[in-house]
Amino acid sequence: MERRSTRIGLALWALLVTAFLWIPLLLILVYAFNRSNVQSWPIPGFTTHWFRVAWDAQEVRDAIWLSVRAGLLATGIAILLGSGAAFAIARFRFFGRESVSFLLVLPIALPGIITGMALNTFFVFNHIDLSLWTIVIGHATFCIVIVYNNVLARLRRSSPSLLEASADLGADGWQTFRFVVWPVLSTALVAGGLLAFALSFDEVVVTYFTAGAQNTLPLLIFGYIRLGQQLPVVNAIAFAMIVLTVIPVALAQRLMRDTGVLRRGAANVTEATQGIPAV
Amino acid sequence: MAVRAADLQTPGRPLRAARLRLTGFFWSHPWTKALLLLGPPLLAFGLVYLASLVALFVSSFWTVNPFTTEIEHAWNLGNFRTIFESPAYRTIAFRTIGIAAAVTITDAILAFPLGYFMARVARPRTRAMLFVAVLLPLWSSYLIRVYIWRLILDQDGILNWTLGKLGLGSVGLAYSNWAVWIIFSYVWLPFMILPVFGALERIPESLLEASRDLGAGGFQTLRRVVLPLALPGVVAGSIFTFSLTLGDYVTPLLAGGASSQFIGNVVYQSVGISNNVPFAAAFATIPLAVMAVYLLIARKLGAFEAM
Amino acid sequence: MHVLVAAMAAALCVPAAGIGSGNGLPTTIGKGEGQLNLIAWEGYTQPQWVKPFEKATGCQVHAKYAGSSDEMVTLMRQGGGTQYDGVSASGDASLRLIYGKDVQPVNPNLIPDFKNFIPALQSPPHNTIGGVHYGISLQWGPNTLLYNTKLVKPAPTSWSIIYSPKYKGKVTVPDNPIQIADAALYLSKAQPSLGIKDPYELDQAQFNAAINLLKQQKPLIKKYWALASDEIDLFKNGDAVVGASWPYQTNTLKADKVAVADLIPKEGATGWADTWMMSAHAKHPNCMYKWMAWVSTPKVQAEQAIYFGETPANTKACPIMNTLSPGSAAQYHCGASASYFDSIKFWKTPVAACGNGKNDCMDYTAWQQAWTQLKS
Repeated sequence: MERRSTRIGLALWALLVTAFLWIPLLLILVYAFNRSNVQSWPIPGFTTHWFRVAWDAQEVRDAIWLSVRAGLLATGIAILLGSGAAFAIARFRFFGRESVSFLLVLPIALPGIITGMALNTFFVFNHIDLSLWTIVIGHATFCIVIVYNNVLARLRRSSPSLLEASADLGADGWQTFRFVVWPVLSTALVAGGLLAFALSFDEVVVTYFTAGAQNTLPLLIFGYIRLGQQLPVVNAIAFAMIVLTVIPVALAQRLMRDTGVLRRGAANVTEATQGIPAV
Repeated sequence: MAVRAADLQTPGRPLRAARLRLTGFFWSHPWTKALLLLGPPLLAFGLVYLASLVALFVSSFWTVNPFTTEIEHAWNLGNFRTIFESPAYRTIAFRTIGIAAAVTITDAILAFPLGYFMARVARPRTRAMLFVAVLLPLWSSYLIRVYIWRLILDQDGILNWTLGKLGLGSVGLAYSNWAVWIIFSYVWLPFMILPVFGALERIPESLLEASRDLGAGGFQTLRRVVLPLALPGVVAGSIFTFSLTLGDYVTPLLAGGASSQFIGNVVYQSVGISNNVPFAAAFATIPLAVMAVYLLIARKLGAFEAM
Repeated sequence: MHVLVAAMAAALCVPAAGIGSGNGLPTTIGKGEGQLNLIAWEGYTQPQWVKPFEKATGCQVHAKYAGSSDEMVTLMRQGGGTQYDGVSASGDASLRLIYGKDVQPVNPNLIPDFKNFIPALQSPPHNTIGGVHYGISLQWGPNTLLYNTKLVKPAPTSWSIIYSPKYKGKVTVPDNPIQIADAALYLSKAQPSLGIKDPYELDQAQFNAAINLLKQQKPLIKKYWALASDEIDLFKNGDAVVGASWPYQTNTLKADKVAVADLIPKEGATGWADTWMMSAHAKHPNCMYKWMAWVSTPKVQAEQAIYFGETPANTKACPIMNTLSPGSAAQYHCGASASYFDSIKFWKTPVAACGNGKNDCMDYTAWQQAWTQLKS
């Protein structure tokens, strides 16, 4: 055990870093209720007017709906492809295995602007119209990696002998999947999927190059910031988003605690964050 | 293993027989299964992603017509020559890499003690709370988090207001590379904390006990046992902080000053404003090369396992 | 007021009585396609006139803002040019779009208010080539000098204030290569020996002089603003007290009760004349025609002029401007004389073949490169 003074020092440091992370978020919450359109400090008074404005704006709704669809589709693709790749990498040794894992990590390790520009060039090259699907492809490139890392980490912790035992007991591939693999993997998939969705929902750099005329929510927010007049509305949206993100985060925590697939208390939270991608 | 016995005792059904045959085939030919599983993701990746990167690289050898800004497919090295011969682009590249390194070091210093506290000192309840506290900022809009910092650092902003109340005068951090450094460090911090925490949390308690039993002091244990074992986590985190800084243009655009051109900005301006994709592609090879080297070193240090 | 709205709605619905010219241009505006994707300057698609348009035509407007002409041209080409239906291009973008075949000819007869435009904007050289109209003129105005009235005393009269060390670290200018023309315009008066006649036609020596001036200016700059809100925030929060601006920022700041004023300094000003142009690959051409007709109507012209702080092309807008905001028509030179119009150096794309008959002017690529080098 660490000495008492060390532990107090560490606790203090943790407190300071958490404050550094949270003070700006709290300020956003305060600004959302700013009575004035001017972003000065301290704010002159409180109002809930901007929530109404944000709620009533058709373009805000359109943007949220587009972001939700893009996020769900990208996450779906990521779960399908990412877990498949993780399986192959975790279970088999084959030529080029190392380069495959290297390749999969590329989209999060390469600067987002390169991914965005590369995809844009590719689409223009092949005369593909920018649409919902080009956004989805752009997001899927880094979402796949998140699911891949999550599932891979889980597979490495579970023993391959489980599969052999299942086969020895006469189960076929489907049964092994349904009764052995799925219970082990489901939480990793949920955690990875949630994170993938959240990151897709907030992505700007790649989306700018793949979205065309449509506005996802972050692109709409960027437009509002440019105008310099609708900032209270932006703050209200941000407020709602912070409050709403509590739900998936809590959900992910709960899901992983309940299943008991992992015994160690902290291990589940670690896995929720495997492979954090480029924003 | 809740495999129902009934399932295993009805081999007569044709479908099940086929499934079993298939299972047997895959069991004896793991290669086939690997290819089948890896096939779709690899194909999708190879097709879209690699083809895009190749297309990008190819286009860096082309030029654009200055008036209509349409791409002309004439092969030449003009873009690369411009980049290497102009001191301006060198300055931008060095500035970006320098700030990226500064951000990475800042985040590592901020994250390591916090990660250590979370992993080895805090009670489970505190740990869970800290975990959510670190995760939530990651899920809230990046643009707005950058923008709120602009309001904090402004001349008449929240920071100077607070300093004024405390009688400490004021600082002029707004719209400078200092601001960019602070904001980058802020927005990428969770990306560093999480892998560092993960790596620290995986160190078996027995190793630390052994170190103590062998007479090592706290500092020695930290230096000889904890740091080497946590290094992959720090390197994994640094991949994010480094690469995200190399590729970002929004933060310098919103919060930078008169000399806050970053690689991302030059690329963004070349593509998004001047429509000069070839030049942007040529310039993008710099972060590409930097990250390739970085990734190879990171893999050597075992960072991929810690990501 | 209601009558006016009704009249405008009617104007949009009346199929322009078949004045076809036999060159493939539409002679009537068909049914709206339900959607319209626009690239616009910040402040050009305000709910104030977009909402009634959507209601009257069923065309849902999606706007993307661009902060420079370069960005507009690039956005128009994004994804093969099929993404956007129209763009509010300034003079330096419009010719690039026409020669790049990114925009298509339009039939001005489908715009009922076209005949009320000031003569200089009916067939201006920046959007009409050989009698073919590639868009409908919108508004025009000068780039102004913006300053904080509390902190900048005495009030400035010359562009020299943004080049002098008096307000070091408190100056902001646009992040746009065309800003070189502002420096050249100032030099044309401050150093007549350089012989600068047109700030967009600079030979090597004149160009170098402008760049040198900008290099000296750089240490004075707080930030090169890229978005309108950058400059608004800089002035709001005391980070800048003087800068080159659009009237939009002045109006926004004044609405937020910030002590600012703007002026056209004695050296004159660069400026813009904007045109709504239709993409060559527009997916919603009918909505685009309806939009061009809508923004040409006197009321919308007046609203936009007051909102952004510019001058409408439609002379019928002038009395409405005065009803909306007394004195505004005179303030923004509504229905201005040709001599005032000519005094503004409107943005245009610098090309090598300049007016002096020689081929020795610096082209726009050189401008862009010099600007990047300057900022590095």
